[in-house]
Amino acid sequence: MATTAQTQPASLPLPNQSRLARVLDHKPTLIVLCLLPALGLLLVFLSFPLLFGIYLAFTDTRLGRPGEFIGLENYRSLFADRTFWTAVWWTCFYTVFATVLKFGLGLWLALLLNHRLPMKSLLRAIILVPWIVPTVLSAIAFWWIYDPQFSIISYVLVDVLGWRDTYINFLGDPWNARWSLIAANVWRGIPFVAICLLAGLQTIPPSLYEAAMLDGATPWQRFWRITMPMLMPILAIVLAFSVIFTFTDFQLIYAITRGGPANSTHLMATLAFQRAVNGAQLGEGSAIAVAMIPFLICATFVAYFALARRKWQQGGSDD
Amino acid sequence: MNRFTRRESVILGAGAASALALGAGRARASIPTADVPDPGFVPEEGATLTVLRPSKFVQGDEDMFIANSEEFTSLTGIPVEIDFESWTDLTPKAAVASSIGSGPDIIMGWGHISHQYPDAVVPLDDLAGYLGAKYGGWWPMAEKYGKQGGKWISMPIGASGGRCVYRKSWVEEAGFSEVPGDTDGFLDLCRKMQANGHPAGLALGNAEGDGNAWTSWLVWSHGGAMVDEDNRVIINSPETVEALKYGKALYETFIPGTESWLDPSNNKAFLAGQLGLTQNGISVYYAAKTSEEDAMRELAEDIYHARMPIGPAGKTTERSLTVNAMLMNYSPYPNAAKAYLQFLMEAEQYDPWLTACIGYWNHPLQAYDASAIWTADPKHEPYKHVLKDALWDGYRGALGEASSAVLADFVMVEMVSSVCTGRSTPEEAAAEAQRRAERYYGSA
Repeated sequence: MATTAQTQPASLPLPNQSRLARVLDHKPTLIVLCLLPALGLLLVFLSFPLLFGIYLAFTDTRLGRPGEFIGLENYRSLFADRTFWTAVWWTCFYTVFATVLKFGLGLWLALLLNHRLPMKSLLRAIILVPWIVPTVLSAIAFWWIYDPQFSIISYVLVDVLGWRDTYINFLGDPWNARWSLIAANVWRGIPFVAICLLAGLQTIPPSLYEAAMLDGATPWQRFWRITMPMLMPILAIVLAFSVIFTFTDFQLIYAITRGGPANSTHLMATLAFQRAVNGAQLGEGSAIAVAMIPFLICATFVAYFALARRKWQQGGSDD
Repeated sequence: MNRFTRRESVILGAGAASALALGAGRARASIPTADVPDPGFVPEEGATLTVLRPSKFVQGDEDMFIANSEEFTSLTGIPVEIDFESWTDLTPKAAVASSIGSGPDIIMGWGHISHQYPDAVVPLDDLAGYLGAKYGGWWPMAEKYGKQGGKWISMPIGASGGRCVYRKSWVEEAGFSEVPGDTDGFLDLCRKMQANGHPAGLALGNAEGDGNAWTSWLVWSHGGAMVDEDNRVIINSPETVEALKYGKALYETFIPGTESWLDPSNNKAFLAGQLGLTQNGISVYYAAKTSEEDAMRELAEDIYHARMPIGPAGKTTERSLTVNAMLMNYSPYPNAAKAYLQFLMEAEQYDPWLTACIGYWNHPLQAYDASAIWTADPKHEPYKHVLKDALWDGYRGALGEASSAVLADFVMVEMVSSVCTGRSTPEEAAAEAQRRAERYYGSA
């Protein structure tokens, strides 16, 4: 009998099975059932807030009071809002410069760490520290570093080295504040890029470098012809993540400048928060947040398609 | 957490009410009170309370607030959990709690917050009526912040006043015996102090307290206002432009870096000896006076206070940062919350609290004028009547959703800041503020 049972096709119900068991034995049903918890979580925690946010953007909802549908009125107002356009421009500027710097320095760090170094594991752990520290803590540290009266950098330059006569107005001048924030973001973001790229570097077969060296390739040629192309797939993913993280940055700005001076460092995320929560204008705040979506989609697509895996990397032709 | 049966809770409720009533009967001798029947709030079964309030700027505030709350717990058995929240995060947290209908039972937030969501709170007419009758009435500004449509939607518990805080020796060095009472003289003083290397400094960052306080004073003192009596936006006016020109001139006498200052910044710079003058609550003096360092106590000797100068408007135009207690309508324990608020405001608790924070949170009930703290040190005196003659947020119009939103969005601060930092001309900044304010108030 046991032999008979073993030869019976798995998809056919056994005669003595309960209805529940038969339902669970049905493969498509089982797949749906297994996916339901994950789908439920996605719907509740991702899709619903996103769709609700998009709906709010077309209403005049305020905190504690439901709104009415007002079409594109929020966007018409934002279109004439100088603060909004400053935030859009600054968000793009911040994302581009911070990402380029993070990738340049992160790749450099990854290449260094890929060499044989004494205490390599310890060094790698130390390098992760800026990324591990909660953002708010590092932001508060930077707030002190950039303080107009008590900055350690100004103290060293003025009181110790005597290179300057006055303290640097890091956060009071719009451009000083912008570069200071980019520096803080780069400091925080380098470890993520470096460790990810280091993982990518370690997947490149050493035999490729050996063959190149036998052919007389210079270090620059080895980097440009082997390292970079082989890194491209992981570079695309890391770049996409980095662009998203930087574009949607909130904590650094909120803790260090709160969008000041004179609104010059508001990112779209912080401006959306200020208008929606502090200003109680949920509709307008949502409109600003929704306005971030096209930028994010574009940036992600560019990063992905520009740098994604090519066929030749898998042995195909490069068409 | 304590759990009580229904029978026990009746006993507890009655006991708690009588314990609190007994406490209320022992008013401090110095505070005059009227003989008013106790409202006798009976706490609910198994009540527990959570309270959200601003973080301290003076240590005595927090210490005595906790001590009073613990005393309430020991008398009633009702545990009270207090969250001290940073000033900037207080408004967002209150907004989220009111929006989702969950959070602290009592939110002690800025006075304007309750006007943003009046439907999310429990009216406090019974409690406020009792306290007003017993303690000589509420100051007019306290009523303005607490009431909407004739109902007490929140109850003021204190207000911080922005007064001129200065180093007397440096003011004298600049050739003045005291801070001039007019804006022209004030500017002259600041210029001379800057020339002597002792500049003034006022916050231009998005500082909830200091930034809103001095920029409001600036505009109001020149006759400008965000709205008129009918809530029509009038910020783009010749008076505002004049105020902004004056503000720019004043800014040029400031210590570098004020554009990014938040609420603690001027306190730090003043106590570090880098500032000759600022606008602040009494917290700077408190920190110096109560310090264990000799140098700080010497500094306290040189710190004096004055009312902010009067401008072309011809009257005092200071703003108060009022803290109002809101009893949220989702709280399952409204009676316990009212009993707790009553307990805090009774003289046995309130006067020690007022004294412990040397009037940093100024009294909203007139009877507390008799508190010994106002005569204990002549330097306290300029802070005595913060709520008596302050102007309100959204002056000259009504407090409401729009005035709260304009304040929370730092429309006034950013208008002044953009002129001072040279990003806009006074005319451009006033026009932009008009546009932004009209988004909240609606255009005429």
